[in-house]
Amino acid sequence: MRAYWELAVIGFKRYATYRGATLAGVFTNTVFGFMLAYIEIALFKGRGEVAGYDVRQAVTYVWVTQGLLMTVYIWNWVEIALRVRTGDIASDFQRPIDFQSYWLAQDLGRAVYHSIFRGIPPALLGGLVFGLELPSHPVTWIWFAVSVFLAVVVSFGLRFLTNMVPFWIADYRGVLSVTSFLWPFLAGLYGIPLVFLPPAFYRVVSVLPFAAMGQAPLSIFLQKPGTWTTLLLQAFWAVAVLAAGRLVLRAAERKLVVQGG
Amino acid sequence: MVDAHLAVVRASLRAQLTYRVSFAMLVVASAGATSMDFAVVATIFTHLPRLEGWTLSQIALMYGIAGIGFGVTDLAVGSLDSLPAYVKQGTFDAFLIRPLGTLYQVVTSEVALRRVGKIAQGAGILVFALLHLHIAWTLPRAGMLLMSLVTGPLIFGSVWVIVMSHVFWTVDTGEVANAFTYGGSFLASYPINIFGTWLRDLLAFVVPMAFVAYYPTIFILGRPDPLGLPGFVPLLTPVLAVLLPWLAGGVWKQGVRHYRGTGS
Repeated sequence: MRAYWELAVIGFKRYATYRGATLAGVFTNTVFGFMLAYIEIALFKGRGEVAGYDVRQAVTYVWVTQGLLMTVYIWNWVEIALRVRTGDIASDFQRPIDFQSYWLAQDLGRAVYHSIFRGIPPALLGGLVFGLELPSHPVTWIWFAVSVFLAVVVSFGLRFLTNMVPFWIADYRGVLSVTSFLWPFLAGLYGIPLVFLPPAFYRVVSVLPFAAMGQAPLSIFLQKPGTWTTLLLQAFWAVAVLAAGRLVLRAAERKLVVQGG
Repeated sequence: MVDAHLAVVRASLRAQLTYRVSFAMLVVASAGATSMDFAVVATIFTHLPRLEGWTLSQIALMYGIAGIGFGVTDLAVGSLDSLPAYVKQGTFDAFLIRPLGTLYQVVTSEVALRRVGKIAQGAGILVFALLHLHIAWTLPRAGMLLMSLVTGPLIFGSVWVIVMSHVFWTVDTGEVANAFTYGGSFLASYPINIFGTWLRDLLAFVVPMAFVAYYPTIFILGRPDPLGLPGFVPLLTPVLAVLLPWLAGGVWKQGVRHYRGTGS
């Protein structure tokens, strides 16, 4: 257990090193936050609600997702894939520590860093300018934290799966580039709430694992009905994608051929 | 020297086409990423007929012009995204010792062919818009449409060069440029009258993204400017398309002069 704690600390520190990058990233998220917030305001002009959201909730959705984007970190994580490609993965398999947990621990450390330093600043700035709808019950903050944690685990589990791709296909970039735009859209991280999609489409999308990374924590933050269902569904997907990752990993281990001497 | 360099670029293009399935997916993803932005617009229009006075087809026209402009720019100068890494690691040195322009070398360092997907997607949306809009075509309007496909990339590309050049001074803040490049492309796809004042002033006029697609669109549709600016403003587009590349070249040159390697 101590080893995993240390790994999480390493994950945190790795990202804490790049202060310039953090500031620049917050700036970019903030600029996008402003544009999306104005789009929401234009959408709500002349109508009180859309799919059960009022304008204040929609603007809140924008700013909280801008903060959530880096925390769940859907994009461009190819660390394991690169190690598969170079063959470094062979030495990873020899470590006396569970391979998937080794990476999950580091990713959770990273997520703590990003949630504090990339998540809170844009939301704070957005709150100052637009005024956000914060949870009225203190306990909602706890459920929101749990939900974000589960969102990170689901995201990690899905990324772990795509990072296994180069065991079978030499050039993994194609697969990763497709997931890098489909996932955020299906998660509801593209600026407008997933519930704004046509109802028939939303019913399908809302039960897929992707919604667990965006719409789910936001529904809880905005105190929409069904907190327990949302959390349970997230937990189900977290376990399911991690288990799927283990199965694929086992197949990959059998497939691994170490070349050279 | 240029011949030798072009041979290297050609080799890189061949290399990109080696894994065909993967390349096809990269092209699809390149088109798909921008399609998601349009899906957001389309979703908005499932809830209302007009967004601040604009119909979906009208926004599609603007979106198509901006999309092609961004796609062409990304294909031509997208490898500027690697400039922060070159400056940080000091590998920019290598460009300085070759007898070719540094900017030319950086933009050809990786010509990512997959970006044709973006251009195709923008063109698709533009065709959709032209089929749905009943535009009273005149020679000046048709001319503006064709011209915007050239001026868009020129304006966009210059902005890209200028905002990327700042890393010659700061080294560490390459990601700030994203707000202007990707952020600018996002902004250019929407009617700018929906944005708040300061954001509009900054990204639409100081960084003149409004001239990529918004003003050409207003001219083609024959609409008065919702912002109330005089009618000649759209005609400033070609002027900017000449001035900005000149300015960008100057900023780049200053940046290169300021560049210091990383030592040995």
